[in-house]
Amino acid sequence: MKQPAETRSKNAGRRPPESADSSGDAWRGFDGADWKDAVRVREFIQQNYTPYAGDASFLHGPTARTKGVWQKLEPLLKREREKGVLDVSADTPAAITAHGPGYIDRESEIIVGLQTDAPLKRAIMPNGGLRMVEQGLEAYGYTPDPRVAEIWTKYRKSHNQGVFDAYSPDIFAARKSGVITGLPDAYGRGRIIGDYRRVALYGVDFLVRDKERELAELDDAVFTEDVLRLREELSEQIRALDELKQMAGAYGFDISRPAATAKEAVQWTYFGYLAAVKEQNGAAMSLGRISTFLDIYIERDLRAGALTEEQAQEMIDDLVIKLRIVRFLRTPDYDALFSGDPTWVTECVGGLGLDGRPLVSKSSFRFLNTLFNLGPAPEPNITVLWSPGLPEGFKDFCAKTSIETSSIQYENDDLMRPRWGDDYGIACCVSAMRLGKQMQFFGARANLAKALLYAINGGVDEVTGAVVAEGFEPLRGDVLAYDAVLAKLDPMMDWLARTYVKALNGIHYMHDKYAYERIEMALHDRNILRTMACGIAGLSVAADSLSAIKHARVQAVRNEKGLAVDYRIEGSYPAYGNNDGRADDIAVWLVTTFMDKVKAQPYFYRDALPTQSVLTITSNVVYGQKTGSTPDGRRGGEPFAPGANPMNGRDAKGFVAAGASVAKLPYGAALDGISWTASATPDALGRADGERRKNLANCLDAFVEAGGFHVNVNIFNRETLLDAMERPELYPQLTIRVSGYAVNFVKLTRAQQLDVISRTFHTCM
Amino acid sequence: MTLQNSKTEQEAAARGELGWLHSVESGAAVDGPGMRFAFFMQGCLFRCLYCHNPDTWKIHGGRKITQEDALAEIRPYAGFLLKAGGVTVTGGEPLLQAPFVGRLLSTLKRELGLHTALDTQGFLHESVTDGWFDSVDLVLLDIKHGDPEFYKKLTGQALQPTLDCARRLTRLGKKMWIRYVLVPRLTDGADDILRLADFTATLGDAVERVEVLPFHQMGKFKWKELGQPYLLDDHPTPTPEEVAKAQALFAARGLTVV
Repeated sequence: MKQPAETRSKNAGRRPPESADSSGDAWRGFDGADWKDAVRVREFIQQNYTPYAGDASFLHGPTARTKGVWQKLEPLLKREREKGVLDVSADTPAAITAHGPGYIDRESEIIVGLQTDAPLKRAIMPNGGLRMVEQGLEAYGYTPDPRVAEIWTKYRKSHNQGVFDAYSPDIFAARKSGVITGLPDAYGRGRIIGDYRRVALYGVDFLVRDKERELAELDDAVFTEDVLRLREELSEQIRALDELKQMAGAYGFDISRPAATAKEAVQWTYFGYLAAVKEQNGAAMSLGRISTFLDIYIERDLRAGALTEEQAQEMIDDLVIKLRIVRFLRTPDYDALFSGDPTWVTECVGGLGLDGRPLVSKSSFRFLNTLFNLGPAPEPNITVLWSPGLPEGFKDFCAKTSIETSSIQYENDDLMRPRWGDDYGIACCVSAMRLGKQMQFFGARANLAKALLYAINGGVDEVTGAVVAEGFEPLRGDVLAYDAVLAKLDPMMDWLARTYVKALNGIHYMHDKYAYERIEMALHDRNILRTMACGIAGLSVAADSLSAIKHARVQAVRNEKGLAVDYRIEGSYPAYGNNDGRADDIAVWLVTTFMDKVKAQPYFYRDALPTQSVLTITSNVVYGQKTGSTPDGRRGGEPFAPGANPMNGRDAKGFVAAGASVAKLPYGAALDGISWTASATPDALGRADGERRKNLANCLDAFVEAGGFHVNVNIFNRETLLDAMERPELYPQLTIRVSGYAVNFVKLTRAQQLDVISRTFHTCM
Repeated sequence: MTLQNSKTEQEAAARGELGWLHSVESGAAVDGPGMRFAFFMQGCLFRCLYCHNPDTWKIHGGRKITQEDALAEIRPYAGFLLKAGGVTVTGGEPLLQAPFVGRLLSTLKRELGLHTALDTQGFLHESVTDGWFDSVDLVLLDIKHGDPEFYKKLTGQALQPTLDCARRLTRLGKKMWIRYVLVPRLTDGADDILRLADFTATLGDAVERVEVLPFHQMGKFKWKELGQPYLLDDHPTPTPEEVAKAQALFAARGLTVV
């Protein structure tokens, strides 16, 4: 295999940056030395954090100031809900320094910085694609600026144009039919997490010097295309760091030096993140894992008497208010896929260190506490890295937070830690990556259920009748034989993987070229692991269809052209989601087989490691709309189950059995994550509060011990949701978890609301 | 089914080798302490007006299972249940299949070391020996009404056997949770509740808690599906205040109420 360009220049002289210690006493009282002369945030955390094994009783409620700032936003948020977007900065293409400072309430804010010059005013980001910008503006009644259009048609090419120049007809056909959907070919790919903590720990000047070193090490390398691209990128990164400094300067902060106090650490870290969301409209703009890092600064100030618990919570509350109002201008098409205006500001809390110490600090609690102080919210997407080894007090508080807010999700730290170490974050919903050392090429997902129908119909689309996959023969006869179907499905999955990976290579080549994430990548090492994050949708539909074909008698119903458009099932079949090997093994087979087919592709851009996710977010509804009737009995157009969920209502044995089925899907064949959403009524968890928390924590332990990867936990009554559909004005903050992230229920489309309500609710009968 | 088969089945059932199962639920948290694996056994002699599982009434309906079938359902979760809760056998009325249920509970206890709970209205307790209860850690005893006349109207059966069962369990040193379904206008009379509370209080420490279960309409569709006349079609469910009031009546007799 080809050696990645970045590692080829090992012999170049390493010039360590000068120690940042020269800029005062920012590091006073911190232990360890090896993080001081090179960028090593993880080592800094390990050598300095204070594990917290207690309960939530130390936490502070919201101050009048905090409530005041939040209340200032409420009328704006209300108007935004009514209009779709509150305001757009339509004539100023976004960049780190494009907008002057903006405030919610300048006198009261502790942590400052907005994406544009006013709260909830969205920026335009034409580098991703001018079309997306124009459609977004028009959808909300704004006029696209002719100068912007001129620049991005006459002088400057966008990512979207680049991709469409390179796509082949088979990709266009697959994209149009929906057998591959949601590709980031017209919008920012996202799912890259800058290590924003570096800004606080080292200050920008240190980081610039480090990047200069990385660039200089390539001075004597052979100037291949790879090296040239990297050199250009490193130079762009340095430029972006300089702009980051200017942007902070406009707010009155000199972040060239390291943060010296807790407040500065929060502010500096946020500035790093803010620069990223000023410039990139990524599908997911995740934050990483900052709470225990910040806790080190908070502990130092608390011990010195320079900070009170009330002030510490206020700072976190104020930061979270900012994270809650990150916005991007998106199109109605995009919203149909990923509804509810998501930004996936994912922040991880919890997890264990490699030495076995829990990485839970008091600030892990403080982040969760914002959901009580400010009320439930989808963002930031707080993700608990769960392990049975977490302290009981923390488990209890997580369970309480789930039961009372339904706003958090859980992922299996015991599965991820051995693979990614103890300083990874989650991008978007379920994608683990080592912070500052790894990124992914986001690949949306391929529709396995539709691929099964293509196998039956010889590549002809069951909805449009168009030939999408060329060169395949349909299955003859009316009764579907399992072996015959598998024999057709196998080459169809080859075709799907081939077309899919071709598309992704094109997308990411062009994204690097036309919409490079300068500031996010400036907060990465030069030599990083890249993953090519493929994904599958319709797993349970495909698995149940195959189970029906195998265990019941399924007859194809053909239209006048001989196309199988419906299926008649005689007899019953075991469905995925009941901990029944006869069906679950088929789901496992589908996941591992498709992964193998992806891995078998001849080329991955920038030597990316191919991975896949079993995740749909809310796109399960759109995938269902684009897919005809399936052999499992699902009617054409009906939604798929989200992510790795069993089909709605077919998991008849309760959620422990359903979780056991999902846990069988092997993480090794889905390293980009496997998403399960479980909804239960409060009563299903027990009668008393303490019992409910204990029961939920026990279930999470069991799920993790069984090898389950991810679970969204929703605790609410169906009646509440029905009422919220009728009277949305009463539920502005009603938050539910949807396959990997949380949304405001009232911001979902009606079809998606109905889908959520129709999903299996586990109640006690 | 031939007569011969049927006879063989009856004999197997009498030996506890064969049972009729309605369904299982792997994540029940309200039928005993912690997370429970629940067996809903088929068959019931009661015809409670508010029953939410009328589909479990029919004797010899559902799925025929052997002891091994039942254990196979549990085994994947044994580790979890050991830590998080246990197994609850409910129904239907599990005592209708006492040989099967007794054997199952005994295996669960002996081989898997699981906490076991039996959810019953106690009517048939005389059909089993004292030793039968050895494998039961907790009895969830459903008492439908405090007044014998009304009890008969509500369930079609007599109250006294249930009260006798409670006394017997006390004598055997079994732990009990008394379960009382609160249905507006049917079971919410203060005097009736107090009468039951007085009786319950005489059972002493054997009663760990009293659970007041608010009537709900989630079983309504099952009556429709079975074509059974459902008399509580538009019947109201109790308000939180009404539930609190009933709980207070039990608590007034010194009982722990959840």
